[in-house]
Amino acid sequence: MRPFEYARPSDLAQALAAAGPDTVFIAGGTTVVDLMRLDVLAPRRLVGLGDVAELRRTELDGDPVRLGAGVTMAEAAALPLVRERYPALAAAIDLAASAQIRNVATLGGNLLQKTRCPYFRDASSPCGRRRPGDACSALTGHLEQRAVLGASPHCVAPYPGDMAVALVALEASVEAATAAKVVTVQVADLFREPGDAPHKETVLGDGDIITAVLLPAPRGTSAFVKLRDRASFAFAAASAAVSLELDHDRVVAARIALGGVATRPWRSSEAESAVSGERLTPERAFAAGEAAFEAVARTHENRRGIALGARAVTAALLACRGG
Amino acid sequence: MKPESAVVSITVNGTPHRLEADTRRTLVDLLREDLGLTGTKIGCGQGTCGACTVHVDGVRVLACLLLAVTVEGGQVLTIEGLGTPDGGLHELQQAFIDRDALQCGFCTPGQIMSGLGCIGEGRANTAEEIRESMSGNLCRCAAYPGIVAAIADVAEGQGA
Ligand SMILES: Cc1cc2nc3c(=O)[nH]c(=O)nc-3n(C[C@H](O)[C@H](O)[C@H](O)COP(=O)(O)OP(=O)(O)OC[C@H]3O[C@@H](n4cnc5c(N)ncnc54)[C@H](O)[C@@H]3O)c2cc1C
Ligand code: SF4
Ligand code: FES
Ligand code: FES
Repeated sequence: MRPFEYARPSDLAQALAAAGPDTVFIAGGTTVVDLMRLDVLAPRRLVGLGDVAELRRTELDGDPVRLGAGVTMAEAAALPLVRERYPALAAAIDLAASAQIRNVATLGGNLLQKTRCPYFRDASSPCGRRRPGDACSALTGHLEQRAVLGASPHCVAPYPGDMAVALVALEASVEAATAAKVVTVQVADLFREPGDAPHKETVLGDGDIITAVLLPAPRGTSAFVKLRDRASFAFAAASAAVSLELDHDRVVAARIALGGVATRPWRSSEAESAVSGERLTPERAFAAGEAAFEAVARTHENRRGIALGARAVTAALLACRGG
Repeated sequence: MKPESAVVSITVNGTPHRLEADTRRTLVDLLREDLGLTGTKIGCGQGTCGACTVHVDGVRVLACLLLAVTVEGGQVLTIEGLGTPDGGLHELQQAFIDRDALQCGFCTPGQIMSGLGCIGEGRANTAEEIRESMSGNLCRCAAYPGIVAAIADVAEGQGA
């Protein structure tokens, strides 16, 4: 780890003022400390967000519901309101990482966690997501889990997080503070596709601080399904979150998002169209999963991702009708 | 850039400490190197194995992923802080012995600290629930059945 100075601002204004070149914010630190140890992050100054009271501000009786960005994953998942009204979010958190990590990891940090691509995590490999302008080592090297959706010749790494996928299906937003103002951004619009600038991961600026996650009143029911290479404590091979309005067994409206198979949390209008207005049968749910990948040319390499992503969508849809 | 240091005030197993630490010091290194509390182990240093599990402010956490400076003012409990003042074992430590829940013992301090968290969170009602809640603690000797049984014993004894 490289030497760095540590700043501990006590409010949001100080935290925003502490940002600058070579500065990194640290919340729970479960991504930041890991990457600093690998020299993937080497800030000269680390700014701790733990004392910033504004990031803990939570309003459960508001519309939208507000969860402070500094609330831990464990705290958020334990809220009865989250468990009862936003089951997709509760499941996405429960199925992420381990109990120890969820006890310190925060909502803001979870959204902005970094890719698990082994070349990104190896400071000596070229990687355009880590160092602007570098070629992508994974293109010619070995990356088992490549993004099927949203990849570019400059980066093929999937977005690793679970929570953002559920938040996209729930049409949630984040509130963020910039030096000049407070902005609200839909989680669906927060992340960029890599294009030719994979290092630009979100639409936020470098020194901006996420202050809260905002949840609109739930419409219908929701579910989150995560497929993993082992029974627990693993990143998603594929995941899907669905928020569904049903009239008996007919779908009035569906919001469907995929994870693990795309460079960013991926909302699929194709999957949504495949079920909207239809009776939610197993066959229809299966067709919706397939529809999410209809625009993708099948290759030997993406077969597995497509199959898993499609089945995750199917399972999440069927979970919404209670089976 | 030359090393930077910061003063860290932290209470470990009931004893307050005030030390000057390099900002790069992780909590696990502070415990082991500065305070000589080597019961807490380092397996992976990446958050995947759970060997470094301790409690901070009442919840189980990974000491390898925490910088000591970010634990300023915290209450830390390590494996050395369990048991009775006269050297007796904590009931979960005893249950690990009774249930043969270890072989080499490297993962054991982390398993026990995590097991206490699992019981305290009310997540020890069934073997399946214990396995899920303990999934962040790996055991290379695969003593898992004994670990689950030991935690279940203590949870039952406490009427959990
Ligand atoms: C072994 C392991 C397994 C894991 N498994 C999973 C999994 O299955 N699913 C999953 O979703 N995640 C998983 N994770 C990732 C984990 O959930 C994240 O590391 C964690 O949520 C990050 O939160 P944090 O508060 O610790 O963030 P930090 O490490 O403190 O920060 C992460 C990033 O966000 C920035 N940041 C933090 N807060 C703010 C803010 N308020 N405003 C602006 N920027 C901010 C930081 O600068 C940094 O870039 C795993 C991690 C590990 C180590
Ligand atoms: S896939 Fe993306 S993260 Fe991985 S090496 Fe290529 S540019 Fe870097
Ligand atoms: S040493 Fe901390 S989790 Fe492995
Ligand atoms: S007893 Fe050897 S690693 Fe668990």
